[in-house]
Amino acid sequence: MYDLIVVGGGPAGLAAALAAWDNGLRSILVVERDRELGGILNQCIHNGFGLTYFKEELTGPEYAHRFVELLRGTGIEIRTDTMVLDVTPDLMVHMTGPASGYRVEAARSVILAMGCRERARGAIGTPGSRPAGVLTAGAAQRYVNVEGYMPGKRVVILGSGDIGLIMARRMSLEGAKVLACVEVMPYSGGLTRNIVQCLEDFGIPLYLSHTVTDIRGRDRVEQVVVSRVDQNRRPIPGTEMVFDCDTLLLSVGLIPENELTKNAGIELDPRTKGAVVYENMETSLPGVFTCGNVTHVHDLVDFVTQESQRAGAAAAEYVRSGEPAGESVSLRNGDAVSYTVPQRVRPGSIDKSVNVFFRVNRICGRSEIVVTAGDRRLAAFKRDRLAPGEMEHITLPGKLLQGITGEITVSVKEALE
Amino acid sequence: MRELVCIVCPRGCHMRADDDLNVTGNFCPRGEAYARAELTHPTRVVTSTVRLAGGLYRRCPVKTSAPVPKELIPELMELLGTVEASAPVAVGDVIVRDVLHTGADLVCTRQVPRA
Repeated sequence: MYDLIVVGGGPAGLAAALAAWDNGLRSILVVERDRELGGILNQCIHNGFGLTYFKEELTGPEYAHRFVELLRGTGIEIRTDTMVLDVTPDLMVHMTGPASGYRVEAARSVILAMGCRERARGAIGTPGSRPAGVLTAGAAQRYVNVEGYMPGKRVVILGSGDIGLIMARRMSLEGAKVLACVEVMPYSGGLTRNIVQCLEDFGIPLYLSHTVTDIRGRDRVEQVVVSRVDQNRRPIPGTEMVFDCDTLLLSVGLIPENELTKNAGIELDPRTKGAVVYENMETSLPGVFTCGNVTHVHDLVDFVTQESQRAGAAAAEYVRSGEPAGESVSLRNGDAVSYTVPQRVRPGSIDKSVNVFFRVNRICGRSEIVVTAGDRRLAAFKRDRLAPGEMEHITLPGKLLQGITGEITVSVKEALE
Repeated sequence: MRELVCIVCPRGCHMRADDDLNVTGNFCPRGEAYARAELTHPTRVVTSTVRLAGGLYRRCPVKTSAPVPKELIPELMELLGTVEASAPVAVGDVIVRDVLHTGADLVCTRQVPRA
């Protein structure tokens, strides 16, 4: 019987396991399906990681390496090349791998840290033929950075998420011609700094409010057709541009990988596509916690680390003293807010304060983030600018939430200029 | 007057600089330093990969240990095409010292064991 089994050895799983160790748990198992720890960070060879957490600029593999090194100094058990198949409601973890075969391990607590996967062509229903040369940006990233293959020479990128932008630069550096980055929304889904250093540095045009309306080619992509879209994201006939290219990279969003969560009967949030969590990252199944991109997709690994440390510490607390007591309050989306994490808080068990993460559903200029309970205004926070591509967070002091029952609403009020 | 977006951190401050390089709109001093450098002599840390012989993976990720002049990047990429590291490699291993006489080293960013 393990005190804690962590599913996933990426940045979330590693930070959670270390925090649980630091908080006194001594029998911890981390299960990772890849051959090495570190998760997707290992193929993210660009820099920009760690500015918040380590106060220095690291590449993805370096960021992962820091945690692998810290782990080495502990008694945390690691099983790589092992896939978790099932987590049951009574916390039996089924796993299999070539070294250990099929094993079932019992746990007092479980942390789900499986990360997310990319949306692919099927998810966006792009018309056209089905030639080779259409792949997700993350797949291309693995080919180029780890396996050493160039997926193409003339490239169009659909979607302006960070991975797409990073790959625009990467493919350009490696000698490919990136013809365009096409985004269906009127704003970019990536960080502004990536628009500058990945597109502008290389003279790559960004077409906002445009999408791919045809993919042409028999064996290999030969042309991609791009059209402007109206406010309802419908292509406008007559606006077609044709690009001669051999590759289309898709950077059209990430989906938390929650098959295990679903099978365990844990409540999911349709907004985040991750588990509904309390302030301590605990799910609806007592003793099961979740953190990182499997909970909600983050922009920055630094915040994954911090969230995962809270999950790890909470799992240790759960093993020591059981389920926190007290009624919970739900957090509701107000105006312009598309989700919040956590979705529920137990005011009675908040130590000092609770961090609430959320995204807005449109670009907002100078704004006030307002937290209300019924007619009562609990707190307000000022921001100069909010964008859907950049996750926001506010810190609510525990004192503020005492005695509140029912619901709390987080909304964004844009100041009229 | 020039407008530019800071790339030092994910905050991405929208900054303005006048002809005398007085910078406004930056949240922290790093933004001011970046804006001055960007308008006088832009530099970037370059991250890429080199060939790796005998490793668990075929590529070894590398970075320049300091920002290098932007105009040298094409030449640097050409040089990287000729470099081969051999496994095992560790984080921080110097692959090429003083790359293109920039004063920056090319260092390995990932531990890769032998295959």
